[in-house]
Amino acid sequence: MRRLGGSAALRRSTLLRSLGLVAAGAVVLALVSEGLGAYDNLELATGAYYFAVLAGLTVLVGVSGQISLGHGGLMAVGAYTVVLLIGNEQWALVPALAAAVVVTSLVGIPVGAAASRLRGPYLAGATLAFAVGLPALADKFPATFGGENGLTINPPTPPSFLGASFELERWEAWIACAGALIVLFVLYNLLHSGFGRALRAVRDDEIAASLCGLRVGRAQTLAFILSAGCAGLGGGLLAVVLQLATPGAFPLELSLTLLTGVVLGGLGSLAGAIWGAAVLVLLPSWTNDLAHSFSLSANVENNLPFAIYGLVLIGAMLVWPSGIQGGVRELGGRLRRLRAHRVAER
Amino acid sequence: MTKFIDLTLNGVSTGAIYAAVALALVLIWRATRIINFAQGAMLMITTYIASAVINSTGSYWFGFVVALLSGLILGAVIERVLIRRVESAPPLNAVIVALGLYTLLVAVAGMIWGNTPRSFPAAFSIRGYDIGGTRVLFAPNDSFIVLVVIAVALGLALLFRATGLGLQMRAAAFQPEVARLLGVRVGRMFTLGWALAAMAGALAGVLVAPSIFLGPNDFDPILIIGFVAAVVGGLDSPPGAVIGGVGLGLGLSYVSGYEGSALVPLAALVILVFVLMVRPSGLFSSTQGRRV
Repeated sequence: MRRLGGSAALRRSTLLRSLGLVAAGAVVLALVSEGLGAYDNLELATGAYYFAVLAGLTVLVGVSGQISLGHGGLMAVGAYTVVLLIGNEQWALVPALAAAVVVTSLVGIPVGAAASRLRGPYLAGATLAFAVGLPALADKFPATFGGENGLTINPPTPPSFLGASFELERWEAWIACAGALIVLFVLYNLLHSGFGRALRAVRDDEIAASLCGLRVGRAQTLAFILSAGCAGLGGGLLAVVLQLATPGAFPLELSLTLLTGVVLGGLGSLAGAIWGAAVLVLLPSWTNDLAHSFSLSANVENNLPFAIYGLVLIGAMLVWPSGIQGGVRELGGRLRRLRAHRVAER
Repeated sequence: MTKFIDLTLNGVSTGAIYAAVALALVLIWRATRIINFAQGAMLMITTYIASAVINSTGSYWFGFVVALLSGLILGAVIERVLIRRVESAPPLNAVIVALGLYTLLVAVAGMIWGNTPRSFPAAFSIRGYDIGGTRVLFAPNDSFIVLVVIAVALGLALLFRATGLGLQMRAAAFQPEVARLLGVRVGRMFTLGWALAAMAGALAGVLVAPSIFLGPNDFDPILIIGFVAAVVGGLDSPPGAVIGGVGLGLGLSYVSGYEGSALVPLAALVILVFVLMVRPSGLFSSTQGRRV
């Protein structure tokens, strides 16, 4: 029984599987980024930091069953941490990003503890007020946070061993993708551990979970802190890619967009977070291109992308109630059944 | 002292508007257990319709009535066409559909009326009353706002408490299956709940439009505060929505008057967190155990 082949060992060990995933992802992303121009590399970087946030949010919303309309505010915490540390204290990139994760997780502790007492719409309201209220701090303390205009930093410099002609945008995409892969690695392992199972149990039935000895409030708070850390990393990466942090970069719309991303991609799965990030990056630019390909009056042309975006959201929810990943899974199941049917007929 | 009185009066009239928005959200929450994020866009559309009617007919009151009626119709249509399809899906799907609807309506308004905000007439004079030689920050139009919102709140309370229709609506919201067994047309009650809510929202839109400008996105801050008011009051309680709205209106008026308007969102957060830490389901929710 102990004789496991290589593939069986891979199937058994979450750690090995996640390492394989990350390695494959790194190779694919590096190759993709090699083939992209400056603009597309920026889009790749955007998608990568969105993924970091969405992956954390999908654990919170899809796996632990809470809701947050405030993740844009948590991203702001991460972004301001990075900008302040790099700009004022001359920290290096990696420690600054790590500090963003730590600081945002610390902010997540009281928010998460408060959140674990609240349910459904009350939690939505509290986190929404968090997203709206927090950027006001930047206006209140303009000396520290730069007020409306925010703070800027210098762009990261690609290391010299990559060659002198290595583009800045490609380097930014690499940084953001590295962050996204770390998030993928950590969350993949956590979701396949006892902690992940505890969260699912709490989501499905709080009373049964606490009867089993799980501490419901603590599990929910931990899920919030975890997703806050991911949002902090995402926000920090955003600050590195855009080289600035302003209150205007983290409006309520951002928080709502993030929630849209996780639901549209497919709640509770990391693959769904990838779909969600892709949708959040690609859909606006596609609708923009589409709207500008007709000759329309200015009013219509400027608003058409948003109209299409709204229609896509509504349509997608009606067609794929469990998100894109749910749709993909269903399609896969149908194909498998079809093949099984054919085999049986022969 | 004059400043305090001014801020109090101003808080009451803005609070009345928050109360109307909160009522709209509470009605929909009670009917279908959905937070209607599209409410802001819905009342923006009805206010634009009112503006168009007022401009073409010259009659404020005709536009006022048209706004309320178009709210009624818009709410019913949205429930029947969109929300009915996601009612059985996971709860977040309705939220995303509402967000999609919000984006769509804002874009449609921008296409038709442009994105430049325009002014909107008030029903009565907006020059403050003259009391003992000093002009206070409360005008005839503010009295109108407060009275109309009180009338709507009382009307809704009567509808829910004293009529058979209100009883059916409460039954449909509370126990849909049992209500259906007892012959209540549950779907129709949901549609009616949305229609009434959209009408309350339309009212809030017409009342607030003179003091802000009418543009596709200009109602968003009102909506956010209205939502906070509904949560503070307890999403199941119409009286809670009114008290939450007026209370928040007062509190934010003081903060904005004494500490500056930049702190208003932060103050709303502090009030909300404080209330929710003491009463996790709002001030006026009937305390009930969690569903087992």
